[in-house]
Amino acid sequence: MSRVGVVVFPGSNCEHDVVGALTTLGGRAELVWHAETDLAAYDAVVLPGGFAHGDYLRPGAIARFSPVMGAVAALAEAGRPVLGICNGFQVLTEAGLLPGALQKNRGLTFLCQPTTLVVASTRSVLTRAAALGQELVVPINHFSGSYVCDDATYLALVERDQVVLRYRDNPNGSRGDIAGIANEAGNVVGLMPHPERALSALLGSADGRVLLEGFLAAADDAAGARALVAAP
Amino acid sequence: MTEEALHRALGLTDDEYALVEGVLDREPNHLELAMFAVMWSEHCSYKSSRLHLRRLPTSAPQVLVGPGENAGVIDAGDGVAIALRIESHNHPSAIEPYQGAATGVGGILRDVFTMGARPLAVMDPLFFGPPDDARARWLVEGVVAGISGYGNSVGVPTIGGELTFDEGYAQNPLVNVLCVGALPRERLVLGRASGVGNLAVLLGSRTGRDGIGGVSVLASAGFAGADGATSLDEEKRPSVQVGDPYEEKRLIEACLALLDEGLVVGIQDLGGAGLTCAASETAARGGVGMDVDVTAVPLREAGLAPWEVMTSESQERMLAIVRPEDLAAVESLCRRWEVRSAVVGRVTAPVPDAAGRPVGMLRVRQGFDGPVLAEAPAAALADDAPLYDRPRARPDDLDARLSDDPADEPAGDVGAEVLASLVDPAWVHRQYDSQLFLNTVVGPGRDAALLRLAGPGLPASERGFALTTDSNPRWCALDPRAGTALTLVEAVANLACVGATPAAVVNCLNFGNPEHPEVMWQLSEAVDGLAEACVATGLPVIGGNVSLYNESGGRDIDPTPVLGVLGLVARLVAAPPGWAWREGDTVVLVGPREARPDPFPLAGSLFARRRGRTGGRLGDLDPRALAASRFVAGEVARVCAGGASPVAAVHDVSAGGLAVALAEMAAASGVGLAWARPRGHAELFTEAPGRFVVATRDPAALTAAAAAAGVEASVLGTAGGGRLTLGELCDLAVGDLAERRASALPAALGL
Repeated sequence: MSRVGVVVFPGSNCEHDVVGALTTLGGRAELVWHAETDLAAYDAVVLPGGFAHGDYLRPGAIARFSPVMGAVAALAEAGRPVLGICNGFQVLTEAGLLPGALQKNRGLTFLCQPTTLVVASTRSVLTRAAALGQELVVPINHFSGSYVCDDATYLALVERDQVVLRYRDNPNGSRGDIAGIANEAGNVVGLMPHPERALSALLGSADGRVLLEGFLAAADDAAGARALVAAP
Repeated sequence: MTEEALHRALGLTDDEYALVEGVLDREPNHLELAMFAVMWSEHCSYKSSRLHLRRLPTSAPQVLVGPGENAGVIDAGDGVAIALRIESHNHPSAIEPYQGAATGVGGILRDVFTMGARPLAVMDPLFFGPPDDARARWLVEGVVAGISGYGNSVGVPTIGGELTFDEGYAQNPLVNVLCVGALPRERLVLGRASGVGNLAVLLGSRTGRDGIGGVSVLASAGFAGADGATSLDEEKRPSVQVGDPYEEKRLIEACLALLDEGLVVGIQDLGGAGLTCAASETAARGGVGMDVDVTAVPLREAGLAPWEVMTSESQERMLAIVRPEDLAAVESLCRRWEVRSAVVGRVTAPVPDAAGRPVGMLRVRQGFDGPVLAEAPAAALADDAPLYDRPRARPDDLDARLSDDPADEPAGDVGAEVLASLVDPAWVHRQYDSQLFLNTVVGPGRDAALLRLAGPGLPASERGFALTTDSNPRWCALDPRAGTALTLVEAVANLACVGATPAAVVNCLNFGNPEHPEVMWQLSEAVDGLAEACVATGLPVIGGNVSLYNESGGRDIDPTPVLGVLGLVARLVAAPPGWAWREGDTVVLVGPREARPDPFPLAGSLFARRRGRTGGRLGDLDPRALAASRFVAGEVARVCAGGASPVAAVHDVSAGGLAVALAEMAAASGVGLAWARPRGHAELFTEAPGRFVVATRDPAALTAAAAAAGVEASVLGTAGGGRLTLGELCDLAVGDLAERRASALPAALGL
């Protein structure tokens, strides 16, 4: 079974929820402190939600300098699955692993509410198990979740099928209703909604399962590929 | 300034100054005077209310820790204990709403994790004036943003709390905050120092000049008000502390890790009265003394005088009592979480007093072995504030008010009354992270919040817990005793709607100036009413907070006792029924259809308030209402456990009465209801608590089960169609109800 590392920055707060969700789905997930510089033992990594380094300056601006980020970049470069949820998405954009930026919500208030997402691409480690056009109810929980980028970047995202999730009813003013994007290879994904909060009807929705199950399957594939390489 | 004048400037009366002299058997110096002034402030010492609070019942088999510690704790079963605490941050929030509200959240979290509990949820009952002027909106938006900004960032979900708008709070808003946490039962720690030679280690933020005199200058006096003297209140702004949720988040994680590893023998947060309070309380509880080296305290800026260091209310600080051999491990763990730590004191042996009894002395020194700057018995600071039995007086106009019953008010436009009473607080609640930790089954905005009892470091469990905060200043203004008792009945009914059995009560008693005899009468009556209702429900009070001097321009607020009630659910694997009924459901009123002694009392109702009628007589505390709550809680608990019940939707009758409860359910479901024969508008608008609107697909089973439990069940009608029709009194389109409910708050705030 694959090993997923869930990075804990000082100020992260969704790390236990993500480990719990991945474990519930049969995965093997462990907390990794942000001072760690070697992630070679992990087949995939998640940057969870929260307020890394207090969101001082702006969300993700300091976290991108955390010691672990070099190893995250190396993992991404090696094609292994990297997922940034909410604050994790903000960190990935600040670190240049995903294009664009997240700015304050239209309306200038924090928003914690369910949203309906539409799967816009299945060509990513997060959406590979979902169906194109599938609607998923997943909550958002952010102040700075409005995705922005320049025209050229937006056109490139669309052209290369990197927009993976869109809001059906845009809650925050995101450009093109973007809720989540991937890098060109599809192994690095960032999204503002919290799939780990949509794991059971008891908590309001189980629609996050198909996303995290796809991510775990991608992690397993990465583990399998490494085993092949490691085999003599 | 002479010492005589100084003590008054610090908030001590001449009599209190004489008492301090008696305790010390000499004149206090400036530093000692400052320490006594903050510890003997109303806010810290409860000197006006303690005498009355003693009348509250505090024991029950489930109680592990009652009032007097940082938080009350009950046994929730399966090896899990729950800590609960409520506080007010009214005065700071009136002066600086964002930081006032934010630091209120920070303070209550520290009270809870001090007990060894991980904070799992926060609730914020808020009371403002009507949001129709710029200042009121500034207060609402600032307070909500402060709770959101601090609570979300520190990583504890905020799961609701009431939102009340009333003229009486225009100059003196109330910002209360309740926190619940959970811990493995065996990890329970208490805030006490022990072990002579052990070290007092200050954790967290450096100490600055913020919040000096917060408890004595700000929280223990009223406001000048809007009579042109507001600028005087503005000058109090430096007494408001400034919060840093990121510091607090690291402090929580570091402290819980220290407790997990058994590296502290006692721990205490620094809140009101700062280091003086933490040092004297831990020493007093442990029956030991403590030496504090004032020069060892890390400072935010140079040049703080010892009295400033000892009374600063800088946020995000904890005092841990540590064995010397564990110090290195403590320091290393703190470094990992980037939490500053400094040894600032050591536990000392008690010394015999003149009569030979051991007394723990708090000594403030310049250097560990340097000169003693202040010296006083720790218990004298922490426990021996004077106890005041302040004069109480029943208001002169009470009889006139009680006899002015609004029963004679004509119905007026019932439909307009219903529409005016619909307010969805979602605009507030959306700004709170209400879901962190994946426990929230019923979030903000419903009768009560319902959460799984789970969290990092807790043993696995299928149990759940429910929380509600309730108050009713309209009832309590009329009759603080009956009003407070009925408020507890209302809270129990709210818990029943999510299947929870009540287990413990905390209270936040928000009142006016205790030097006004009528206010002291209100306080005393409210305590008696709460005690009566606790006895009737078998519930213990495990903690509380008293906020006095809620006055401005000489006008006291209406008495506002806020009750936080914790309920337990034995097995939580399915969501309880919500408010939404379906086409064809039978809609039933469960509980006494007629109250006693009057069948449909309008006294204290929103209906009467809108018509300027503030008199009349409240209904009795009705055992039938408590039986109805037990019945509903049992039925809903069966649903939560994965079983079947005829209850398909449920909502209790509260503010606005039955008409508003029905309208809220119709709005939530998009389906109407025709109720052919209400017995007049008083039945629609009476707010007697402990009654429930239940929708069912099996009315025979519901009425049979209710009858078996000795509970009244009256069929009102059948859900269906697109209109809410209440006899001849009211006929409204469901779409209008929903639209009005959704838009009311944003419209009122001018958004």
